[in-house]
Amino acid sequence: MVSLDAGELTTRELNRKIKDLAEKSVAEIVVTNPAAQHNLAVGVRDKCSISIEGSVGYYAASQLDGPEISIDGNAGWALGENLMSGKISLSRNAGASVAASMRGGEIFIGGSSGARAGIGMKGGTLIVGGDSGFLTGFMMQKGRIIVCGDVGEAAGDSMYEGTIYVGGEVGSLGSDAMFDDMTEDELIDLWNELEQNGITDRPKFRKIVSEKKLYHYDTLERLERTLI
Amino acid sequence: MVTGNNQIWAPWTVDDIHSKADLGRYRIRGMSTHQKVTHFDDLTFLSTGLTRFPLEGYKEQCNTRVELGGLNAENPLVIDTPVYITGMSWGALSANAKTALGKAASMVGTASCTGDGGMLPAEREASDKLIYQVLPSRYGSNPNHLASAQAIEIVVGQGAKPGTGGLLMGVKVLDEVAISRDLPPGVDQRSPARHPDWLGPDDLAIKIEQLREATDWKVPIHVKLGACRVKDDVKLAAKAGADAIVIDSMVAGTGASAEILLDHSGIPTVPAIVLAREALKEIGLYRKVSLIASGGIRSGADVAKALALGADACAIGIAALIALNCNRDIPEADFEKEIGLPAGVCNRCHTGKCPVGIATQNPDLVKRLDPHEGAERVANFLNSMTMELALLTRSLGKGDVKSLEPEDLAALTIEASAMAQVPLVGTNKVFGI
Repeated sequence: MVSLDAGELTTRELNRKIKDLAEKSVAEIVVTNPAAQHNLAVGVRDKCSISIEGSVGYYAASQLDGPEISIDGNAGWALGENLMSGKISLSRNAGASVAASMRGGEIFIGGSSGARAGIGMKGGTLIVGGDSGFLTGFMMQKGRIIVCGDVGEAAGDSMYEGTIYVGGEVGSLGSDAMFDDMTEDELIDLWNELEQNGITDRPKFRKIVSEKKLYHYDTLERLERTLI
Repeated sequence: MVTGNNQIWAPWTVDDIHSKADLGRYRIRGMSTHQKVTHFDDLTFLSTGLTRFPLEGYKEQCNTRVELGGLNAENPLVIDTPVYITGMSWGALSANAKTALGKAASMVGTASCTGDGGMLPAEREASDKLIYQVLPSRYGSNPNHLASAQAIEIVVGQGAKPGTGGLLMGVKVLDEVAISRDLPPGVDQRSPARHPDWLGPDDLAIKIEQLREATDWKVPIHVKLGACRVKDDVKLAAKAGADAIVIDSMVAGTGASAEILLDHSGIPTVPAIVLAREALKEIGLYRKVSLIASGGIRSGADVAKALALGADACAIGIAALIALNCNRDIPEADFEKEIGLPAGVCNRCHTGKCPVGIATQNPDLVKRLDPHEGAERVANFLNSMTMELALLTRSLGKGDVKSLEPEDLAALTIEASAMAQVPLVGTNKVFGI
């Protein structure tokens, strides 16, 4: 285990040290005094375990492929942006655009998340223990968003594919989003998955998917009709 | 009695209304605007005479190498000619076209750029210097690809359709393209206009730092802007920390856009460069933050004029595709039958039926473009542009393209004088000041 004091390093120095340690297969890295700095633990592409003891700013644990990162605190915007694989756990609340354009792996938020959670998501799983803001799952393409509490307005707006599960109230559905039926097995699987993340409540989830009415332009021009 | 065509209700206007009455939506096409705008043809060089002497046009050395984005990057982008291939997506273009463009750029020591579809492995392999675009859609976005790039380009806007995202009709969202973009096959893809993780210039500054951290501060971060409110946008991008700014004008190309945006938004290349230059001067970052011009660059003369107005380099799109065979009546193609328009005026890139194998994902059509032969043609064209640029530079008595300046130019029209801020020929007057 190697401990790094963020208060004594610049962001650039800290990220370089984390990447060097991860490349050298140091299994466990602890970061103390993060003081809500932006861009902490960015671009780590080796498997390792990183614990950040405190709150982080924008883009924490973003552009990752492989590591497991736990953050004991709150996070600013775009936590876990573009995650390819690995796992990110945040003990408290996340700002806007958590898991933006995420492509794989898992992100767990112990508290609530701001607007646009899972925006442009392309794979993987985002779990929010509390509530999630407006435009959750905006233009989502693949993957799953599981929100145990309420979601704000325009949930799933313009989503292509993927699934949003909501345990509480839905402010409103976005364009081209609709509620879909859920099987008992699907519900039990979700509860089991939450239990693995320490959530023992068993919300009666509802499922939001794409209505797929925005998939195509309705009409073609005269010439295009002969070509397409 | 007044005779002649009706200016307001011209035949094409009538046809446009008929089309929209059928469609019930905006029309879509590729290529670029049909608007008549002031362009580089409205400027001319004032070559040497008795006030200064020329360099030997065909012999003496003329440096064309430029460095871009050296402000913060450990490894700035150094290209042997101040022209590179702009971002055009794998999806809008075939894999053969992307590979050919990358290879051609490598052959002449310049760069190519990915586009709104992620990094095609064959393109990466073919390109010695590859610029990786970070777009609002983030299709195929991958930190491993990011780390392998020679420069990063955050796309805020595109000149052909500023304020909107990309369009890729379902006929081109097939197989590997759909997989790469994580999209349902066959969907009419309408990309987002806003980035998913940042909104304004303050956020952009943090995004730029994030990309620097992800790439270990090694490569330049470019910001690409559609040319609209140029002065403000350029200042905000520079203040946010961009190493280079790409200003993409209203005459720039696209594989698909709503026609109304192509023809009715943005400003032309000439004033865009001048406004960007002035913006950087006002904040003390001219020649520190690199300025790259794109939109309607067709020849070495256009490049030379763009550089003289203040750009450090130019990016080309349509011109490279034309060199690749776009709109060429090749023996395998039957333009009238296959695309409904004769070779030379085709703008139907969005239909996926490109008869020359460039703007298509149809395997039978893609075969019509040999990536190796295509690369040769594009490399020849890039070399021709560079030679033209050097020839003009020498004729002005200069041995380095970086020495080109506004004083080398005069305007052929009052409008060009006002937009380029150079004197109208035959006068000492610069209009508009």
